[in-house]
Amino acid sequence: MPLMVEKISEGTVIDHIKAGAGMKVLAILSDAYPLSKMAALIMNAHSRKFGRKDIVKIEGVFLDEKIANRISLVAPSATINMIRNSKVSGKRQVKMPDTLTGILKCPNPMCITNLERAETSFLRVNDRHLRCRHCERLFSPEELA
Amino acid sequence: MHDLVSIRDLGKKDVEAVLSEAARMEKMPPKKSGELLRGKLVSTMFFEPSTRTNMSFQAAAKRLGAKLMTFYPSVSSTAKGETLGDTIRMIDGYVDAIVLRHPYEGAARYAADLAEHPVINAGDGGNQHPTQTLLDLYTIKKLKGKISGLRVSLMGDLKHARTMRSLLYGLGMFGADVNLVSPSALRMDEEVIRETKGMFGINVSQTSDINLKGVDVLYVCRIQKERFQDKYEGEKMQKEFRVDLEALRGAPEDLAILHPLPKVEEIPPEVDSDPRAKYFEQAKNGVPVRMAVLYLASKG
Ligand SMILES: [Zn+2]
Repeated sequence: MPLMVEKISEGTVIDHIKAGAGMKVLAILSDAYPLSKMAALIMNAHSRKFGRKDIVKIEGVFLDEKIANRISLVAPSATINMIRNSKVSGKRQVKMPDTLTGILKCPNPMCITNLERAETSFLRVNDRHLRCRHCERLFSPEELA
Repeated sequence: MHDLVSIRDLGKKDVEAVLSEAARMEKMPPKKSGELLRGKLVSTMFFEPSTRTNMSFQAAAKRLGAKLMTFYPSVSSTAKGETLGDTIRMIDGYVDAIVLRHPYEGAARYAADLAEHPVINAGDGGNQHPTQTLLDLYTIKKLKGKISGLRVSLMGDLKHARTMRSLLYGLGMFGADVNLVSPSALRMDEEVIRETKGMFGINVSQTSDINLKGVDVLYVCRIQKERFQDKYEGEKMQKEFRVDLEALRGAPEDLAILHPLPKVEEIPPEVDSDPRAKYFEQAKNGVPVRMAVLYLASKG
């Protein structure tokens, strides 16, 4: 018998998260939105595509572009479903953008962006690497998220 | 070219333009070159000491007829906590070009974003030192007549030496055949190698011992024994990767030995008089290359 999780009427369902990455998605959300919002994490759900997947639901929140981009770093396969009036009103696949500007901190302590208030920018090299526009070091998406 | 921040910003055509301009500068009589930037002000801002690089830039600016304003961070407001951003914006208002060296990586990119006048990166921490890369390429091309197809060995601490990462990139751009020689603990970052190979389609091999057979250029950098936890291991590696006359026995007669200088134990003084030692000539090439960079950047 499937585990029941309350349906949300207004908000976002992030589906097709690779099993195990759901916690990271939740961490990004709790960092971005004040968690008076109700959120649920479903782990290891059955998936035709992946075998197992994680799902995150958050009530009363619609993700802005910057947050969706951050999620793309930890869950590149995720789809974002917008729920309005208990119905799916919009669906899209997250996509790692070619540049991520102003949302991430550079993990390199000697990067100028950690000394001065310079806006960070990371350029996508491939699926596994992004390069800091300032210190030019390569980071994995997980390191940056 | 407006700024020179990173070798990654340059395409092959840009690098070629700098190299041919440098060749022109080298031949130009001082009277003529002294007219090129007459009336311009150049500021060298060195937030960490590097006497050689600073002097090389100053010589270049003076040979172009520019006037210099040296910035001394220790006695300026930086000591009082002024940000780099504010300092750059202020100096940018006084001069026509800024030469910046700073311990933080990406400092030159940040400065170039803020300044209206050209910013030349003279080293940003462990990241880039593009005029070094350009003078390395200039030296190789001048000595060998080409870069493409040359067999170049880069040797030393390839994990930490920024000059080597940038040089690999530059050599890749021109299609050299590169062999990386280092202790296994001090190898270059795999991803940097993979990226350069993928980008330019060059051959890059890795070894842990010196074999100079068929090598055209040997580029040496220092191995700091402090990098090794085991002191004995550190000293052993320093000895093993030393280029002395013994190591050079049997090496090609037309081998060119390069080094970014200052050198310490990795090349003993006995090698200096060997005709294959080209590192002093390489250092000298820094002036025409920096003249070319300052001139091209000022021209816009
Ligand atoms: Zn950085």
